[in-house]
Amino acid sequence: MKQFYHFIIKEFYHIFRDQKTLLILLGMPMAQIVIFGFALSNEVKNAHITIVNQSNSAASVKLVQKIESSKYFEIYNQSTQTTDIEKMFRKGSIKIALVIPPDFDKAILAQNSSRLQIISDATDPNVATTLTAYLSIIVAEFQKETNQPNSIPYTIDVETRMMYNPQLKGAYNFVPGVMAMVLLLVCTLMTSLTVVKEKELGNMEILLASPVNPLIIILAKAVPYLLLSIINIITILLLSYFILDVPINGSLVLLFLVSILFILVSLALGLLISSVTGSQKAAMFISLIVMFLPTVMFSGFIFPIENMPLPLRVISNIIPAKWYFIIVKSVMIKGLGLAVIWKEVLILTGMMLFFFTMAIKKFKIRLS
Amino acid sequence: MEKFVSEQFPIIVSSVSKSYTTGKTVVKALDNISFEVEKGSLFGLIGPDGAGKTTLFRILTSLLLFDTGRAWVDGFDVITGYKEIRKRIGYMPGRFSLYTDLTVQENLNFFASIFETTIEENYDLIKGIYAQIEPFKNRRAGKLSGGMKQKLALSCALIHRPSVLFLDEPTTGVDAVSRKEFWDMLQALKNEGITILVSTPYMDEANLCDKVALIQAGRILGINTPQHITQSFAKTIYRVKNGNMHALLQEARHWDFTEQVYPFGEYHHVVIRQGSPEPQFPAGIDAGKIHPGIEDVFIDLMRNNEQ
Repeated sequence: MKQFYHFIIKEFYHIFRDQKTLLILLGMPMAQIVIFGFALSNEVKNAHITIVNQSNSAASVKLVQKIESSKYFEIYNQSTQTTDIEKMFRKGSIKIALVIPPDFDKAILAQNSSRLQIISDATDPNVATTLTAYLSIIVAEFQKETNQPNSIPYTIDVETRMMYNPQLKGAYNFVPGVMAMVLLLVCTLMTSLTVVKEKELGNMEILLASPVNPLIIILAKAVPYLLLSIINIITILLLSYFILDVPINGSLVLLFLVSILFILVSLALGLLISSVTGSQKAAMFISLIVMFLPTVMFSGFIFPIENMPLPLRVISNIIPAKWYFIIVKSVMIKGLGLAVIWKEVLILTGMMLFFFTMAIKKFKIRLS
Repeated sequence: MEKFVSEQFPIIVSSVSKSYTTGKTVVKALDNISFEVEKGSLFGLIGPDGAGKTTLFRILTSLLLFDTGRAWVDGFDVITGYKEIRKRIGYMPGRFSLYTDLTVQENLNFFASIFETTIEENYDLIKGIYAQIEPFKNRRAGKLSGGMKQKLALSCALIHRPSVLFLDEPTTGVDAVSRKEFWDMLQALKNEGITILVSTPYMDEANLCDKVALIQAGRILGINTPQHITQSFAKTIYRVKNGNMHALLQEARHWDFTEQVYPFGEYHHVVIRQGSPEPQFPAGIDAGKIHPGIEDVFIDLMRNNEQ
């Protein structure tokens, strides 16, 4: 026990004396939350639109005003000519264009029907679809308002309710994602590097020639990073709650416990990597390419797993972050309890035990 | 019988061979090595870089498996008894392997704790060594000079009062004064009853050992006391000198009686071919017969091993 205590003290010396790394470790979650929260987002806001208003009537002006007042669009210019549209698309100055024909006003009054044309830049299909949908909704609302006095025979009102995230905020999705990413980076990458570093610098040679139990060497490496990661979780949760207004609907204690479980999985993975590699380069390569990249791709955080072909969906099951991502979303956003997430918790526990056992089994008691 | 043997000889190596495979080539690092080290003695392993010294140290410290043969340290087999061996030995690897970002005192404390002892408990053993670096105890180990690093590493290797001490090239990269100090310390440790196996590439350090083994290309070329090694050398050696030493070296190679010639300080040493008559040196050369030193014996042994 005394050996273990001294080992942990030593690990803390290493961490606190490498202040640049410490700063990165503690600053990284803040930077990621800020970057994802304010800069990187798949929400479309202030898209440039050009409006070709050939009608120039009361109705068309009202429609234009309605578009202008929406936060999704910013009117780039207005004209009566369709000729410039393609030029503007090519220059990339607009994302979408709306053409209001000359008889827009008259047609509404005379035939109760009229036509509009939406042209959008589909080089980015997601943005094009989103913008087209937004614009169609605005037009539909406009139609409803105009129709009010002389009501049509029947209407179907679709009432949509966005459960758990009524404002469709991206933050609800990426905060759990960032948590998984940060914990994986800190735990897996840093622990694997710190053990392998001792091999590279020759410290391990003396440690192995001493009576220390390998279990102590391994566990002592993990403890400081467990504490650092808990600090990181607190930072992320504080930032997302107070700055990004992401609610914590479920039990905070449960959220913490499952996060610690995921930290243990990541630590065990890092220790396993360090047990089977001999150089910092190899450990870094495995941590980043073999672990981190699949985590970003297969956790469901950026790309929805439901859309993937079957083989990839199967692969995604072995990614610990996928299960953690599901758990965090359930607990934090949907406010669910252990009764719902017990399966995921069980999977993560199994993974943790497996990785720890492997790490200890693969730990070399000799130099090779 | 074995118990008795192990009490008298804390290190026994018996026909140990070890080869490394790099790609398709097999390199023989140790080729059928056997020797014993007597209790409480200072045994020197002398050989050039790449001779297999470090491999042998790692085998004896239970860090490396080998192909054939057996070895015992303090009566325990180095493979099956590795746990016991690791409690009893002190090991100082050839490369500085302490934590450079920890201070002198923190390093010593840490190593005391992993051997489940304290600095106070064995302070009398390391006092002579540690006292010299104690004024710098709050300095990071990475910022120490080469000589001070060695003293710290030795202190850490001794903190648990090991019965056998393994020192892999402890004086490489250390200045002449520190080297002398270091060997004085080893003599003191020997007097404490600790058995010491030390390796060095410097042949002049051989005279400071009780017994030396010359190792080259994985083979032991000779084992004996330094005095015995020089006394039993059968060949005659002359030292020669003149105004143009470079030309003299070329010239000396072509004398009939020359078996070998090599620069040695301000002279060249000429080994006389066995069976040659008394050599007649050309005029203008300052020549004189000398008692062969331990270096002369090693150079001769290594030359024969290469052939």
